[in-house]
Amino acid sequence: MKISYFPGCTLNTTAKGFDNSLRASARVLGVELAELPEWNCCGATFPLLADNVLDLAGPARVLVAARETGERLAVACTTCYNVLRRTNLAISADGDKREKLNFFIEAEYKGDLRVLDILQVLRDEVGFDRIAQMVKKPLTGLKAAAYYGCMVLRPAAEVAYDDPEDPRALDELLIALGAETVDYPHKGECCGAYLAVKSAEATAEMTYTILSSAQKNGAQLIVANCPLCQFNLDKQQVEMGRRHAGYQPIPIFYFAQLLGVALGLETDDFGWEKHYIDPQPILALVRS
Amino acid sequence: MRVRLSAEILRNELVRKVEEISGEDLLKCYQCGKCAAGCPAAFAMDMLPSQVIRFAQLGLVEEVLNSETPWFCAACQTCYARCPKGVDLSRIMEAIREIVLQERGDYIDLSTLSPDDLAEFPQQAFIASFRKYTA
Repeated sequence: MKISYFPGCTLNTTAKGFDNSLRASARVLGVELAELPEWNCCGATFPLLADNVLDLAGPARVLVAARETGERLAVACTTCYNVLRRTNLAISADGDKREKLNFFIEAEYKGDLRVLDILQVLRDEVGFDRIAQMVKKPLTGLKAAAYYGCMVLRPAAEVAYDDPEDPRALDELLIALGAETVDYPHKGECCGAYLAVKSAEATAEMTYTILSSAQKNGAQLIVANCPLCQFNLDKQQVEMGRRHAGYQPIPIFYFAQLLGVALGLETDDFGWEKHYIDPQPILALVRS
Repeated sequence: MRVRLSAEILRNELVRKVEEISGEDLLKCYQCGKCAAGCPAAFAMDMLPSQVIRFAQLGLVEEVLNSETPWFCAACQTCYARCPKGVDLSRIMEAIREIVLQERGDYIDLSTLSPDDLAEFPQQAFIASFRKYTA
């Protein structure tokens, strides 16, 4: 199966390990991720003003380029997914915005692309059952907390492909890879996102809520789908012991990294060196 | 604090501006407080999310425009998911930020970011924060 692919800025730079592990895994699963020949930044946050037409021009260009290559676009970064999907809906549902945007970017786009999160593609088109059959190194014995963040859950009517109050897709993937998943109440709680640039203190507290909740419920690792969530949850732990005595760090993986590990792939370019909390002890458990 | 209420105050200029910019109806809010209860950043705010709407409804313009609360909103939309009246408070916060940015200029000074932060933050954090915090 071939599908157009949008990696986004962060997967091209600081989250290269997410991109590499995803592409390698997709190849083995028979999914050809065809990167858009020309793409630009999605804008990194959906513009919330009523008159947001100018801010939608960037993501709209991406949609136009993607539509020229096919009917579907797979997006790896969940923030990009959120922005592109909502932009697409704005174009298809709002005739006035559609007309203005097409005028600005010199296109005739109707909003008839299907914008999909890559996890949705793995679930609905590859199938977790099929992935389970291809696992070579099952993640047996690992207790993982699936962390969904905001971008694939809210606003539910526009972006959710799962139960927004009790999402399961990431849990089901991890179970297919042989791991156990823990239930915990903060799987869709905001990590702070770009607030990290303004206030490290606030982000530290927001991530502590999520990290401690996952650990209290037995998690040995947390699995993320967004490069900014991964970064915040990972980096904030470096100094967490100063604020919360006795805090024990927990590694934060991208689901694609664990998918690649479980498929038995070469993992040298999975970006392990970018992690703040060492993932190697958990990886050693899988390899042993 | 003594507040005089009238139809004029309830439909004050700030309310009308915010409604125009956000597309949301501020008078829909009946102050149940679910947004404040669920907001993961409320602990850091100087005014609860629900109070931002209340103060605007009461015409307390300076209090709203000087509040730190809109700058702590990460637009996670938990409030919107839980609001029984369907008010998208994240859009209201965006409108207030927009008004303040237009009046006072950039909220953060990008030159104060540390070299470590510049080297380590994912691109999307910069792009998103520049869009939220600069005019």
